[in-house]
Amino acid sequence: MSSVQIRDVRKSFGNFEVLHGVSIPIEDGEFVVLVGPSGCGKSTLLRMLAGLENITSGTISIGDKVVNNVQPKERDIAMVFQNYALYPHMTVADNMGFSLKLRGAKPEEISNGVKRAAEILALTPLLERYPRQLSGGQRQRVAMGRAIVRDPQVFLFDEPLSNLDAKLRVAMRTEIKELHQRLRTTTVYVTHDQIEAMTMADKIVVMHDGIVEQMGTPLELYDTPANQFVAGFIGSPAMNFLKGKVKSNGSAGFEGPNGVKLPLMSAPANSEGKPAVYGVRPEHFTIADDGAEAEIVVVEPTGSETQVFAKLGGEQVVAVFRERHQFNPGDKIRLKPDPALVHLFDETTGKRLNA
Amino acid sequence: MADIALQPRTARRPIREASRWDLIKANRNYLGFWFMLPAMVFLVLFLAYPLGLGIWISFTDARIGRPGAFVGLENYEWLWGDSIFWLSVFNTLLYTSVASVIKFAIGLYLALLLNENMPFKAMLRALVLIPFIVPTVLSALAFWWIFDSQFSIISWSLKQMGLITDNINFLGDVTWARICVIFANIWRGVPFVAITLLAGLQTVSPSLYEAATLDGATSWQRFRFITYPLLTPIIAVVMTFSVLFTFTDFQLIWAMTRGGPVNATHLMATLSYQRAIIGGVLGEGAAISNAMIPFLLAAIMVSWFGLQRRKWQQGENND
Repeated sequence: MSSVQIRDVRKSFGNFEVLHGVSIPIEDGEFVVLVGPSGCGKSTLLRMLAGLENITSGTISIGDKVVNNVQPKERDIAMVFQNYALYPHMTVADNMGFSLKLRGAKPEEISNGVKRAAEILALTPLLERYPRQLSGGQRQRVAMGRAIVRDPQVFLFDEPLSNLDAKLRVAMRTEIKELHQRLRTTTVYVTHDQIEAMTMADKIVVMHDGIVEQMGTPLELYDTPANQFVAGFIGSPAMNFLKGKVKSNGSAGFEGPNGVKLPLMSAPANSEGKPAVYGVRPEHFTIADDGAEAEIVVVEPTGSETQVFAKLGGEQVVAVFRERHQFNPGDKIRLKPDPALVHLFDETTGKRLNA
Repeated sequence: MADIALQPRTARRPIREASRWDLIKANRNYLGFWFMLPAMVFLVLFLAYPLGLGIWISFTDARIGRPGAFVGLENYEWLWGDSIFWLSVFNTLLYTSVASVIKFAIGLYLALLLNENMPFKAMLRALVLIPFIVPTVLSALAFWWIFDSQFSIISWSLKQMGLITDNINFLGDVTWARICVIFANIWRGVPFVAITLLAGLQTVSPSLYEAATLDGATSWQRFRFITYPLLTPIIAVVMTFSVLFTFTDFQLIWAMTRGGPVNATHLMATLSYQRAIIGGVLGEGAAISNAMIPFLLAAIMVSWFGLQRRKWQQGENND
């Protein structure tokens, strides 16, 4: 196990720069999730960490050693691929023991290593099967088993769950997290699914267009997103954004679209009258008499909660209620955001304005 | 919300019973039969019938212009004691084995090379195909000139360089003639092997190589443990075809040497043609042709069993 340091790393394909100076410190034993929309450079960064892509500038170190010019096999890392990349012509046992075999390990050493990993992942009854004979979840576990057998310094996961169906994905998510809690190996995990990021990570790195938008624990990112991109990316259903301007009338306040009055805890300094974006998470709406009037468009009950899509000042917003209100499309309701939990962003830069 | 109630849709036409013609149109077996018919007619007319006729003629003493009478195994008994026939069997086996092995080696090498990322990849791939698209007889004629006893460009070049003083009698010397026809066959056969293996290589997912790289495999180990085993089904198919084509080769030999010198390059196919068409002894020629069947069947069996093992490896059915 060791720490990983990514310092000001850039990557260009020809003249096209895809990573514009990314720095990420990763502590020993930490579970870091790189998350972002497709094309944000997260997979490229992971492949650079693995040594499958070269580094245009900046340094990557594993432990104390800069690995920019270290061959992939010397980096002591193991990677789980999105398509699992299992060798189709080898049994599960051979797949898992392949790296030991290449290292020149003795047969009993290989079979012990494979057995140990198979026990951890409950793969023992499948050891003599071929990848074709396995289900998606089993293949996924074999791919992890192959990584565990190596006993590497760092685990790399490249969207490992995106080929699984929704139910299995949730199960494997828990399994990977539990595995990390047992092995405590430094892990870098790439995904585009913010729920995976939120549920699994010690630290989330939100990437967008080749830069790091924000780094932090899942709840930090959720509670105080640094900018509008992170605010919109983390959380489901996504945060509602309403354009308008800060307009304090005695107490702090915000004038939303079509003059809708929205509450603010306190206006940021020198913000009076300035255009800004008001952000409120769906679960932070309450029904209150002094709320802003909204007209219900669609009601989506999910059982544990109900999502209500409504027009607020002409803009569509979504609110989530755990209580079972009797709502019908066309009903008028009064929605009030919790002023302690709303977010304010700069209209042009998207930067967070309130503390 | 819903102010406009939609009218329930009514059927535009009355529903009618399906006629017999409708059923025939919808019957997949019936339709399948009609789709199969052209291929079946073609196979029977141009493959099964000539094969049956060839076998029948080999049991007669037919000559050109004379139907001939049934003579049993006489033609085969005659061949059993014919040293030229046995020489042609030896030549065919030598020609096939040497040419196939070298074609495989060069073809695999080229395929691996063309599978790498390099400049002008598309153009190089197209260039490799050239020997394959030139008509066989034309390339044979070209080789005939290249290996000519007087005007050979190879002899001329070597003489210019001062390496030899006299022309090499390429097609007049037993050993040289065999080397020359094998060389021509390799030149012509390599593109087929190379392009087919290249297609096979491209089906191997790049992430397997990346996984193997991370597992610590050197480039030789990646070939030995990943590429080669994954390529075996395609190798089996391409080499079966290559062996069949080489074993039954006729055009190259006939255009270059006609089986000479002193039958040193006579293959079973050329000998059969010489005896049956030039010599007019149809029965004996047919018997020589039929003698190829056991060899060809053996080649097919080898690849068939190779493929069987492969299916099991890939685990087509769950246990």
